[in-house]
Amino acid sequence: MGYEPQADFGTPASTSEKLVTLTIDGRSVTVPEGTSVMRAAAECGGDIPKLCATDSVKSFGSCRLCLVEVDGMRGTPASCTTPVMDGMTVHTQTPRLQKLRKGVMELYISDHPLDCLTCSDNGDCELQDNAAAVGLRDVRYGYNGDNHLGLEKDTSNPYFDFDPSKCIVCSRCVRACDEVQGTFALTIDGRGFGSKVSAGLATDDFLSSECVSCGACVQACPTATLQEKAMVEIGKPERAVVTTCAYCGVGCTFRAEMRGEQLVRMVPWKDGKANRGHSCVKGRFAWGYANHQDRITQPMIRKNVDDPWQVVSWDEAISYAASELKRIKAQHGARALGGITSSRCTNEETFLVQKLIRAGFGANNVDTCARVCHSPTGYGLKTTFGTSAGTQDFDSVMDSDVILIIGANPTDGHPVFASRMKRRLRQGAKLIVIDPRRTDMVKSPHIEAQHHLALQPGTNVAVLTAMAHVIVTEGLADEAFIRERCDWDEYQDWAAFVSQERNSPETLEPVTRVPAEELRGAARLFATGGNGAIYYGLGVTEHSQGSSTVMAIANLAMVTGNIGRRGVGVNPLRGQNNVQGACDMGSFPHELSGYRHISDVETRKLFEADWGVTLDSEPGLRIPNMLDAALDGSFRAIYIQGEDILQSDPNTHHVAAGLKAMECVIVQDLFLNETANYAHIFLPGSTFLEKDGTFTNAERRIQPVRKVMEPANGYADWEVTQLLANALDLGWTYTHPSQILDEIARLTPSFAGVSWPRLEREGSLQWPVKDETHEGSPIMHVDGFVRGKGKFVVTDYVPTDEKTGPRFPLLLTTGRILSQYNVGAQTRRTGNTAWHPEDLLEIHPTDAENRGLKDGDWVKLSSRTGETTLRATITERVAPGVVYTTFHHPATQANVVTTEYSDWATNCPEYKVTAVQITPSNGPTDWQEDYNSWSERSRRIVANLTAEAAE
Amino acid sequence: MEASRLIYMANQIARNFAPMGVEQAALATADHIKMYWDPRMIAGIRAADAAELTPVAAHAIRLVDGPVPHMTRATEFAGAHADGAAHNDAG
Repeated sequence: MGYEPQADFGTPASTSEKLVTLTIDGRSVTVPEGTSVMRAAAECGGDIPKLCATDSVKSFGSCRLCLVEVDGMRGTPASCTTPVMDGMTVHTQTPRLQKLRKGVMELYISDHPLDCLTCSDNGDCELQDNAAAVGLRDVRYGYNGDNHLGLEKDTSNPYFDFDPSKCIVCSRCVRACDEVQGTFALTIDGRGFGSKVSAGLATDDFLSSECVSCGACVQACPTATLQEKAMVEIGKPERAVVTTCAYCGVGCTFRAEMRGEQLVRMVPWKDGKANRGHSCVKGRFAWGYANHQDRITQPMIRKNVDDPWQVVSWDEAISYAASELKRIKAQHGARALGGITSSRCTNEETFLVQKLIRAGFGANNVDTCARVCHSPTGYGLKTTFGTSAGTQDFDSVMDSDVILIIGANPTDGHPVFASRMKRRLRQGAKLIVIDPRRTDMVKSPHIEAQHHLALQPGTNVAVLTAMAHVIVTEGLADEAFIRERCDWDEYQDWAAFVSQERNSPETLEPVTRVPAEELRGAARLFATGGNGAIYYGLGVTEHSQGSSTVMAIANLAMVTGNIGRRGVGVNPLRGQNNVQGACDMGSFPHELSGYRHISDVETRKLFEADWGVTLDSEPGLRIPNMLDAALDGSFRAIYIQGEDILQSDPNTHHVAAGLKAMECVIVQDLFLNETANYAHIFLPGSTFLEKDGTFTNAERRIQPVRKVMEPANGYADWEVTQLLANALDLGWTYTHPSQILDEIARLTPSFAGVSWPRLEREGSLQWPVKDETHEGSPIMHVDGFVRGKGKFVVTDYVPTDEKTGPRFPLLLTTGRILSQYNVGAQTRRTGNTAWHPEDLLEIHPTDAENRGLKDGDWVKLSSRTGETTLRATITERVAPGVVYTTFHHPATQANVVTTEYSDWATNCPEYKVTAVQITPSNGPTDWQEDYNSWSERSRRIVANLTAEAAE
Repeated sequence: MEASRLIYMANQIARNFAPMGVEQAALATADHIKMYWDPRMIAGIRAADAAELTPVAAHAIRLVDGPVPHMTRATEFAGAHADGAAHNDAG
């Protein structure tokens, strides 16, 4: 594709099913009722001049440029605010309109700098285009009257500038912030000629305001007023490629706009079905890591982790890796080998890594980062419904009447979807939030939860069971649905269990700390408020009863009949871009792609025939088990693609000890990450901009990732895996990821109808896609549960063994922040550090006062596992007794303090509950100092001993 | 592998199946361990001191050797559905 902006129809599409036919400039056009004349004209190939209208926001009718004439109608109505009517005859280009438009444009231009040739928006400016369209040749008023020229630019935002001199006060930015993003950070200050766009208060600039830098205003701006800094520096792009974002599990579609091999900007793609043209600060702007100076582009090896790295050729690195793997396999057997697939890589790459481990290494010791995030989702939803994935598409939320968010912070973790959710809430849907923290969803402009159940961390199961108690004992269960769709006997057992007095909100209140009446109100609202949809995140899964909580959520959806149609469902908000895909692709040690158990003879035969090998029929080790096994000498070699387990996994000391015990650690990554400090072989990775493939998002949507530039290291990640496989004599011959996708489709029933040409044609597909003609599955369990009857599972509340006490009286819970992503390897290497340069500890004023702490003080955070230091921020977002931090920065290493307690069913770590103490501190802990010095030593590179540090 | 860790894990699984009753919980625990544990983990817990195990977990470890019915559908095979969903894990 060349560089042409996406068509702008001026006003949003109407969803009406009733059609209306009218005539525009002699052309007959049929459009849905409720469509504007402006949009109808655009849909039949016309182009009415416009400035204040854009199809991402509602019509406004302020610029008066889009005037039209309508037969039988007086005057010249604005086409953006005039709805179509049957039989209407519209004229969009007449001498009268031309004169009026020219007059309007003349006024605009009399107060606009005439620096088009040197303007960063030259050739990409709607004001310029419309001045041309109306035939403006002269400004009769001159340029010396009152004006807004020469105003100071606001360059505070790291990614875009605000130049008020170029502003035409169309208010598209203000409306985009309100309607699309839902932050309400911008306003029009003043009135009349004095009107101007303002971010926050008069004393604020963009950076200090509430602006979340989503880019919606920049996208909406018709001039160079709000402009990406990269456009100013580089200039107008010359080609564009549509691809999928590599940050969170929302999976936004973007246009990567390029000049040659240089990325100029990422622009949200309106036809992207996950994001519908919206974006967040990460996907839109934080891509600078892709060409960051820290990137390692040459392979490196070393005998011992105490040695400096030695740069070698690809041949040498791959041969050395293969010889080490062969040696260890010969000495200790195949089960001493394993690997970790990457949820940041494509489906095809993930599939190849697990294939390499199963077919090449000869073991099932393969796992993925879902182990530490949503493995309980897989277990819980497969048990209750029959499918290890969410039930809805994102669009479904627009039909929800009651939204229940539990253990998720979508405005930070899944911001683009949060904007959709907030839009629905502004339309009147009700909201219940179950979270120990007062997240932004609880209360923000025009959003307020009807019920915030600020529970004690670790009591999710108790709260959900108490809600079920209310629903069953108050006769609010949807028995017709349950009788038809679920196993009735199991339901009765479950109903008897939840009805016990010990599960009532009143009895459990001392445990959950949720006022019983508040909980009863929430349960009643969810059961009786119409379409109820549950959205959840890692605050559900990362507990010792993570799987039980997922099943309790499924129980709640079933007992209220909220499954199998739009507006309802159980929706895990998946963390990484392709964590759903990594799970689908057979990354777990007990199952092959499509969630089929490795011990199933028929499934294994299918793969064995296709791959020409015999597979081990026993489940392999999960990540924590691999680390345990390393310490007893039965696990010795690991191939880790795109995952930084040292920083992301719990109990850093234990992870470090496990890695250090291994003989061969192969890390494939963009950077020398923390895990690479313990690696013997480093294989440079490639970014999502450098390869073709697919990602699968949280709504099971398989979307194409397209190469926009050549890999800096010479190879896409799937090619590196293939090099290693062939050095192990596997004889792979893939020349494009589409061939790997064909293999996935051949071996995985839920992907049977997926192919690269079809994705090219249709944009995306939601699995299951049963064959070439099946259109995919936006909503699951429509006519019945995949497992047959929905299964109610008794979820008995079992308190965690991580207890507070006199030494560790506070509960630490961990999470994420909007501007940083996961371990921060990408976002820490971008301008996003402007918002979050370090991890902070949130502590309640009472707890702070008891410890003599002031805002910004350094504190020591200690648990039974370890200790670290960071700065405190005092806030009532957390309840007394609860503290909170993020894990984005290796200097903090929040996981030094987290424990090895984990989910009973899946070993997903209990990140969300750690008993801690907070004390004043005046310096880093011994661990931080030792680690920092070890890290610097470990990152030495022989070729360049002075400039080695990657951090 | 460290016996205490394996024992902790087995006891935790057994505790979460407890509402099923002793016999069923033992079967479910045995099934879970067979479906999700690497052979060296199973060998490790067999060799561990059974006195540290809860009665349900201890019973489950004795059952692991023999045939165990699939107690939770999360561990059931894709081909096992009788309703036409066979060979399609996802629907």
